[in-house]
Amino acid sequence: MFNFKPRPARPAAADTKSDANAGAPRKTFIYRHPLLVRLTHWANVLCLLVLLLSGLQIFNAHPALYWGQYGADSDPAFIAIGARRDGDSIRGETRIGSVTLPTTGFLGASRVNGELTARAFPSWLTIPSYQDLATGRRWHFFFAWAFVLNGLAYLIYGLLSGHFRRKLVPRADELTPSHFAHEIADHARLRFPKGENARNYNTLQKLAYLAVIFVLLPLTLATGLTMSPAMNAAWPWLLDVFGGRQSARTLHFISASLIVAFVFVHVAMVLLSGVWNNLRLMVTGRYAIDAERTP
Amino acid sequence: MNPTRRRLLVGSAATAAAAMLGGCDQLVQNDSVSRVLDGAEDLNRRIQRLLMSDQALAREFTEADISPVFKPNGTFHPTGEAYAALLDNKFADWRLAVEGKVTKPLNLSLDDLKSLPARTQITRHDCVEGWSAIGKWTGVPLGTILKAAEIGPDARYVVFHCADELEETADGSGRYYESIDLVDAFHPQTILAYSLNGEDLPVANGAPLRLRVERQLGYKHAKYLMRIEVVDSFAGIGFGRGGFWEDRGYEWYAGI
Repeated sequence: MFNFKPRPARPAAADTKSDANAGAPRKTFIYRHPLLVRLTHWANVLCLLVLLLSGLQIFNAHPALYWGQYGADSDPAFIAIGARRDGDSIRGETRIGSVTLPTTGFLGASRVNGELTARAFPSWLTIPSYQDLATGRRWHFFFAWAFVLNGLAYLIYGLLSGHFRRKLVPRADELTPSHFAHEIADHARLRFPKGENARNYNTLQKLAYLAVIFVLLPLTLATGLTMSPAMNAAWPWLLDVFGGRQSARTLHFISASLIVAFVFVHVAMVLLSGVWNNLRLMVTGRYAIDAERTP
Repeated sequence: MNPTRRRLLVGSAATAAAAMLGGCDQLVQNDSVSRVLDGAEDLNRRIQRLLMSDQALAREFTEADISPVFKPNGTFHPTGEAYAALLDNKFADWRLAVEGKVTKPLNLSLDDLKSLPARTQITRHDCVEGWSAIGKWTGVPLGTILKAAEIGPDARYVVFHCADELEETADGSGRYYESIDLVDAFHPQTILAYSLNGEDLPVANGAPLRLRVERQLGYKHAKYLMRIEVVDSFAGIGFGRGGFWEDRGYEWYAGI
């Protein structure tokens, strides 16, 4: 099914360009991402995007989050998005705990065809753009299956090929406090690894990817399944792990938010550390690094 | 990145986002896209039925877990003189018809149902909208009724016809109905409930009788039951998709 043998990095000389262009930095292309990793990455982008936007459509049907086994209108919600009448108009409000924030225009009340309308998340963040829970659910579940199958293909490949072991698991010397301090300082100054050091992920990158792949995405999936009454009958322990269906719903929302936060940082890093090189890498698998200086 | 490139990148991203948003609604309304997406419902049912035995129970809770208020939804009070008359008489004249593909059609009063062995369960009600409420239900297992009526060999689904019109229409197509298959019909927690939290079922929650089908979402739990029909297909009932909300785009299998 897959070619599990890691392809050797291409010989530097063969791919080095601009030899004639003396003075310009010499680039070496390394083959970094096999086809399966690139395909599953982009399939995952599509799945997560649709899951997020259809998920917000579903959230809009009852825009309040509770903790515990039950939660409905008369129970205390610790996050609630709503609209309040204000003369001839409405105001959007988001309440977190005892703090109520005015969020007109974005949360609670936003413009639909120019008219301020009561809806938790705005129409440009939901699939479909108008209120339609049934359609939101169909899209959510279809892409949830696609996400699971795509994720399984990636996990099986990663485990059998040694992709996780070789590329994502940090070496012992990377986990020392001084190494962390050094990397954090570099990141803060937006100084990214160059030359041979750019061949591999840095430690913060490895840990971020591991956390998303093995904690955040599975947590989102598991909390999603915990909301299913049939899954509760099949696997009752899900309710015990997450402290009830409404807790699971809240955790689903939080973990989805953390995925969004990760994507923001991830895309920022892509932009800051060489957008074309990174995009080429995720499309063709080839990544340019500055060649080592030869005498 | 040079400024021209950056402008180009930001510009194309904005254009792509705008195109995508417009395109999304078109995709949503495309019939062949919908047909493909509908495949997930079948997959959900098959896999969930594979993962749980036909007898696997929904979680049952304790008295301490009961919601202070059990939120009613959908119809709060059926309109029409027929229901008003039944309510006036405390449902003494109400009868539940059991018919269709059965050998012995039944016509049961509320007292008939209450004289049968009952099951009491404290379970969680999950609305498709996302909220949950826990309540204590008492009623007759649907299996008891179906056995008494002796369902035929060609029986596949049990359809519940209700007194309420959730959508007021001239032709009655807005009348609530629901259906389940025989796996759920004979599940031990599938009951015809006449009591909520130790009291007679309130009107807002479906008086005098409602269905509890605990491994599925709230819209499957038909309220204001008038007639149970055993069928081999949904054709000719409502718009033919097996329920009021199913006719309006929701999944027939609501285990998730």
